[in-house]
Amino acid sequence: MLLAKIVGTVVATRKDPRLVSSKLLIARSVDPRGKPEGHYLVAIDTVDAGIGETVLIVSGSSARMASGLKDCPVDAAIVGIVDEVEIDD
Amino acid sequence: MQLAKVIGTVVVTRKDESLVGIRLMLVQPLTPEREAAGRPLVAVDAVGAGVGEEVFFVRGKEASFPFHPTEPPADAGIVGIVDHWTLT
Repeated sequence: MLLAKIVGTVVATRKDPRLVSSKLLIARSVDPRGKPEGHYLVAIDTVDAGIGETVLIVSGSSARMASGLKDCPVDAAIVGIVDEVEIDD
Repeated sequence: MQLAKVIGTVVVTRKDESLVGIRLMLVQPLTPEREAAGRPLVAVDAVGAGVGEEVFFVRGKEASFPFHPTEPPADAGIVGIVDHWTLT
């Protein structure tokens, strides 16, 4: 899973029927210390995340195992809101 | 699977229900020479690994298999603690 910061929202009226009522957010991946690392992605929010929060994103087919996303055409899901990252390197 | 070192933990209170009770570890993938191989990532822990230990982890949907019948949404999971390795 990757750490990312929520930086925006996506509005899409015409979309796959299985994505109706899903919240789409733009997230930018960050390193463990919170520094932005470059790439952006659109992810489905399953935990009521908000702009500016650091979140945990699951990618690939595993994203469909997030709550409410069974059989949905998604490859990135926000599955947690990060309180803290404890690093010991 | 890939070799990695556990370099930290991630605290997440609000999360997907099926992740409750599962530890989330920060892992740095390693080359066999113990150099960093790419960026650190977050992995679920199925074997009780601790910070500082060398482990191997699996990527993809298989990361959730150790928790069967629960299917936590995970795309990386620690499945073994490495005692040692040798290169010939």
